[in-house]
Amino acid sequence: MTTAIAHDAQAGPSVGAPGAPATAGRRILGVLLHDRAALFSAGFLALVLLMALCAPVISALTGHGPTAFDTAAIDVDAGGLPKGSLGGISADHLLGVEPLNGRDILARIAYGARVSFLIAASATVLTTLLGVVFGMLAGFYGGWVDQVVSRVMDFLMAFPALIFMIAILSSLPSGNRSLLLVVVISVFGWPYLARVVRGQTLTLVNRDFVEAARASGASTAALVFKEILPNLRSSLIVMTTLAVPGYIGTEAGLSFLGVGVSPPTPSWGQMIAGSVSWYAVDPMYFAIPGLFLFLTVLSLTVLGDRIRAATDAGEAA
Amino acid sequence: MARYLAGRIAGLVLILFTVCLFTYLIFFKLSPDPALLICGKTCTPERVTEIRTVLGIDKPFLTQFWDFLSGLIAGRDYGSGANSVHCPAPCLGYSFQTSQSVWEMVVDRLPVSATVAIGAAVLWLLAGITAGLLSAVKEGTWWDRSVMNLALGGASIPNYVLALALQYVLVVKLRILPFPSSVTFTDDPVLWFQSYLMPWIVLATGYACLYARLTRANVIDTLAENFMRTARSKGLSPVLTMRRHALRPALTPVTTIFGMDFAALLGGALITETVFGLDGVGKMAADSIAKNDQPVIMAVTLLAAFFVVVGNVLVDLLYTGLDPRVRIR
Repeated sequence: MTTAIAHDAQAGPSVGAPGAPATAGRRILGVLLHDRAALFSAGFLALVLLMALCAPVISALTGHGPTAFDTAAIDVDAGGLPKGSLGGISADHLLGVEPLNGRDILARIAYGARVSFLIAASATVLTTLLGVVFGMLAGFYGGWVDQVVSRVMDFLMAFPALIFMIAILSSLPSGNRSLLLVVVISVFGWPYLARVVRGQTLTLVNRDFVEAARASGASTAALVFKEILPNLRSSLIVMTTLAVPGYIGTEAGLSFLGVGVSPPTPSWGQMIAGSVSWYAVDPMYFAIPGLFLFLTVLSLTVLGDRIRAATDAGEAA
Repeated sequence: MARYLAGRIAGLVLILFTVCLFTYLIFFKLSPDPALLICGKTCTPERVTEIRTVLGIDKPFLTQFWDFLSGLIAGRDYGSGANSVHCPAPCLGYSFQTSQSVWEMVVDRLPVSATVAIGAAVLWLLAGITAGLLSAVKEGTWWDRSVMNLALGGASIPNYVLALALQYVLVVKLRILPFPSSVTFTDDPVLWFQSYLMPWIVLATGYACLYARLTRANVIDTLAENFMRTARSKGLSPVLTMRRHALRPALTPVTTIFGMDFAALLGGALITETVFGLDGVGKMAADSIAKNDQPVIMAVTLLAAFFVVVGNVLVDLLYTGLDPRVRIR
């Protein structure tokens, strides 16, 4: 089958990544290894992931939990500002403390990273699943199925998603906020992926190798999973890597507006929201979570962009 | 053409109706009782029932929804007798928390949102398209690489982070600008400009970066087309080939996306307006969500959906004018 796809891809330039999976993956990896920006991004992401995974270890080492108050690090006479310069950065608190209650920023960043990554990763999995299923349904069956799915997608994309997300989240009881965030982000996120999947499936269905498989008696499941899905792989990888930073940003944005993860669970957006009333006197409290958020989104975007460039180059070759 | 338009408008009405229905349904099912909120501290069960009757939320869902729809077209009255409240058409609802018809509230705040959106749009189109064009012409040079890397960076800054950082540097540290306030142009042109400058920059940054990348990709694709080769080989100067042959096909997709982005912004730049404290539709939405003022949240959701859907239709119509290859039958 692999050879058939490869031949076909040489004939038609537009869709699908040709070649055996191993070589395509290895080629992209090779390109990324020679790209300094991609390497830096991967390094930074690895660091943040490590921080997220080892958050309890970090807390144990420094002796500061993410919600533990440390009034000794706070200058009550100065209105609750951290003692010392740069927002109270010291050997004890490596990234300083929050004003007023003295919570350790390093611990909160590490625990906040857990929340951000968990939500972004789950939302990505769910949107990809929904996007692929509905996109392929619409593209494969066409007709009224396509009509229904396409109208639902139009409707969801016309919806003012941000306002609506905030409205729903604010009116729902604050039970499991993380789960709610994932569901809400995914419900409004899948059409963007499904649109691409649908378009590609539409062209793939009529390609010769699919026709050949159909003529030789392949079942619908075999057509979908063995013929069409493997050809969507490269666009899926690109779309999802570019979607993750978007979801991290959305989660932080919703938490920033006060409808995301509820305190005392730390989240980066929430930390930035908390720093709004302090940024003039304690800029570090704002700068540290802001910088972490910015660099994480940037790293993911750069990686996604480089992967796309490498895949495009592979398709053109 | 007429048939096409009729079809599009029917689709538009259908989508808006569905948005209406879903928003109404969700608030009907989920929200805490607005009557309790209005009633306040000195509340009795009789008073709550009374308010519920005035609001019309004691009726079944479909009746309520019908009242809302007919209010949109014909206006409606809340309650009866001496203390009834009239809400003239188009009645998007009545906010008992602010004692104002929602339509009035929206109309009051729309100019601020429009100012934010238009100013930002001018900025991001100028910056994004110029940068993208130059990058495409100089493809592969250090200029191209640095602009594209800068664009990746700019698109990655969450706008509230950029907003706070700008405010810290420009207002608190350097004292170049005052804290933004919603002054009108006629009151004080200088203060008006200074107030809106930061919101414009903040909103424009993300879009400008996307547009630069989009423009670059489209121009590079167009430059590789056969008609461009013909134009070059018949001896036209590079500037002329660019202006006469490349720009139109390359920028048509940008127009499409611009229409949708701009329409979405008219429905309120929620985060930017909130961070800078500008009294636009976006800040109104955020405030009413915090106060759980349902009629206002509904209205803003509808308004934003309206702008997006109408924007989509307008863009498609514009497309036929811009791109002669697209014809509507």
